[in-house]
Amino acid sequence: MEEGVVNEILQGPLRDVFDSTQLITDVSGSGNNWAVGHKVYGSVYRERITERVRKAMEYCDCLQCFFLIHSMGGGTGSGLGSCVLSLLEEEFPEISRIVTAVYPSAEDDVITSPYNSVLAMRELTERADCVLPVENQSLVDIVNKIRHMASTTKPGSVIKKDGTLISGQGGVTKSEKPFDAMNNIMANLLLNLTSSARFEGSLNMDLNEITMNLVPFPRLHYLVSSLTPLYTLADVNIPTRRLDQMFTDAFSKDHQLIRADPKHSLYLACALMVRGNVQVSDLRRNIERLRPSLPFVSWNQEGWKTGLCSVPPVGHSHSLLALANNTCVKPTFIDLKDRFMKLYKKKAHLHHYLHVEGMEQGYFTEAISSLSSLIEEYSQLDATKRLLIPDASRLSIAT
Amino acid sequence: MSIVTVQLGQCGNQIGQELFDVITSDTNEAQRYKLSAQGKAYGVCSQERFFHDELTGELSARAVLIDMEPKVITQTMATAAKSGRWKYGDRSFFCQKQGSGNNWANGFCVHGPRHEEAVGDLVRREVERCDRLAGILTLMSVAGGTGSGVGTYITQCLRDTYPHSLILNQLTWPYGTGEVIVQNYNSILTLSHLYQCSDAILVHENDTVHRICAQLMNIKHISFSDVNKVIAHQLGSVLQPAHTQSTCSQYSRNPIGELMATLVCHPEYRLLGLCSIPQMPSSSLAYSTFTWPGLLKHLRQMLISSTKMEEGKQAHLTHTILSDAQHKKLCIDWQVQATAVGQRTADKCSGFNTSMANLLILRGKDVSSADARGFLDPALYSPWLPAEGAFSTWRSAIPFNRYEKSATLVSNSQSLLKPLDHMVGKAWNMFASRAYVHQYTKFGISEEDFLDSFTCLEQVLSSYRHL
Repeated sequence: MEEGVVNEILQGPLRDVFDSTQLITDVSGSGNNWAVGHKVYGSVYRERITERVRKAMEYCDCLQCFFLIHSMGGGTGSGLGSCVLSLLEEEFPEISRIVTAVYPSAEDDVITSPYNSVLAMRELTERADCVLPVENQSLVDIVNKIRHMASTTKPGSVIKKDGTLISGQGGVTKSEKPFDAMNNIMANLLLNLTSSARFEGSLNMDLNEITMNLVPFPRLHYLVSSLTPLYTLADVNIPTRRLDQMFTDAFSKDHQLIRADPKHSLYLACALMVRGNVQVSDLRRNIERLRPSLPFVSWNQEGWKTGLCSVPPVGHSHSLLALANNTCVKPTFIDLKDRFMKLYKKKAHLHHYLHVEGMEQGYFTEAISSLSSLIEEYSQLDATKRLLIPDASRLSIAT
Repeated sequence: MSIVTVQLGQCGNQIGQELFDVITSDTNEAQRYKLSAQGKAYGVCSQERFFHDELTGELSARAVLIDMEPKVITQTMATAAKSGRWKYGDRSFFCQKQGSGNNWANGFCVHGPRHEEAVGDLVRREVERCDRLAGILTLMSVAGGTGSGVGTYITQCLRDTYPHSLILNQLTWPYGTGEVIVQNYNSILTLSHLYQCSDAILVHENDTVHRICAQLMNIKHISFSDVNKVIAHQLGSVLQPAHTQSTCSQYSRNPIGELMATLVCHPEYRLLGLCSIPQMPSSSLAYSTFTWPGLLKHLRQMLISSTKMEEGKQAHLTHTILSDAQHKKLCIDWQVQATAVGQRTADKCSGFNTSMANLLILRGKDVSSADARGFLDPALYSPWLPAEGAFSTWRSAIPFNRYEKSATLVSNSQSLLKPLDHMVGKAWNMFASRAYVHQYTKFGISEEDFLDSFTCLEQVLSSYRHL
């Protein structure tokens, strides 16, 4: 809702990729206010957005899903973004909606980000088919790790120049701007997610298969993602061990894109998307190896979805994207709820929201109760973690 | 008589391409075989069964390729054309842009009916090109969405359209440790529906074939292509021409019919398992020799202990030494012996695999000297069928796929009981917590449909257990 970012894209090397009819901008921005984004701009631009989306859809032979990419802490991304989500659900209910949302870290520079995030989360829980939350702090940690690795001069650990997750190699922009490295990681996430749909492989995995396999209950659709390897070493000595290391890393808490430790929480389902020259036996060997250390829910002990794509990403010989539906998102949500309650109890900044036409206090209470019940659902599943649930008794047939 | 192959989904298409490859290379070898007249007859019969001649003189497979997304079909057809020996018909395929999302309900309730007519047309064109139709072979997996969902729907349609033709469904069961999370749901829905409309269901398990690749064929990095080659080899050894008992001098003109007549004599028992020996890396083929008695002893062993591959050590199996002199002839020195009929019930938990019916297919040198009487032991079979009626042998003097001697056993027995039980158990566990059920109900499969499927399969399990 402000022109600066979009204008920059239009003046950069990607100007030919976007059509001017695909862009909608306004002047003054949303002021980090979810209500402004959702109510004010939502009602003003609703028709125009629907029309533009419909026009873009007409160019497609077969539309598989919508990707929504926005942050949760701001005003436009979370406010107008959640409005667009509900618009898409109303107008095109059969097409799945996959949301990549950037969650604010604890030390966020936007003070009202907890309000914006919780208000938007309610929409995500009810209307999105699948959400991939990403936290800025985790991205910063990963970037630092890569930079640290690149700056050490240990022999044999020289990193291939274009083989890191943040290199942006193959991209067109040459000069690096502040959030570029972090955004590159997210771009790679989306690239790996769609790789099997774009390239051939021996076991294809489409986007609708991801929602099908990873979402056992409609509201529990928050997936924790991790990308490995972060960088490729220049010397190619031990291929098999590197492969196995890649799999092990995918489950370590340092590689997750939100601050969470999946190994100590309960897995509901897990998907592994492998790119490059990896065969099914390598995949099976690693699954066998890692399975005992990962706690899976009782009714989905072998809950793995696998995909093999033959084309590796630029600069790497193979890569792995792991998506997990895991109860480790619970702490992130609890944290968010706490930050929200801290502000809400004092009614701080509330008047900015309530001044907006159409916005009532009810939105806040409903949003927080939706978040609480979501946390409760995850807790219930967590409670079953250590319990040995007996197998359900089977139907018996009269002989 | 010709067989029309319908390849469904990624698995079906990939296996189909390997199958036709194996068939063409085997036929080419046969035609160079020293018994040239017989080799030529073999080649002609095989060619008529699986291919038709295009006007350009090329061999075009009698197959229809179906998938809901285009990548696999394009790849399959290109690989076939590259071989130079055969290809797929230029218009014998059907694909859409978006897959079935591993969702059986999506395949069965949405894609199936939507594309029924187009697919039916393609199959009809292939069928009309055959002088006489021996049967329809469908290749599919049970874990995915297209192969399982669309495949089941198409099988039902084919049953309605060709009520007097035989339909043989080849199913690939997924790895036990998961390729797809909802694979157990997809599998039970497929099996329960197919049981009503298919004539026979021939099963391959990825786990077993993977073990064959790893342990017998010594492949270090097993890819799906290796797995598919083994499955194609096993299928080819069943479907290539052979002399069945009724046509001793000519190759059988009704392979599928005779297969079904031997193996599927009761509608409750339709699950067939395959094991084929020997399986070894092609580099070792030239250095190995086999004898028929050795091969047949092995195969009988595998049947009784229900293993699908040769293993050096056998699991514990209780055994009673038969004092009857007549039975002593059939004793095997591995100390597993067929038990007398009366003691069968005690052995139920010991892992003895009772068969409903068996079909032995022998191919290669000196095949007429092979003595298969070991398989006629009535102790191997369920008591209400005479052993002579439950067992038959097909022979072909032409070596198959460069194996000097090879033996394949197609059996309708309890060997699939355990994997099926496992599959139903896991699906039931997941269903008990209603996980993922909303994904199916949104396309039209209700909880009642699930319960019906479970009931049907529990019935099948119970029938096989009491064999």
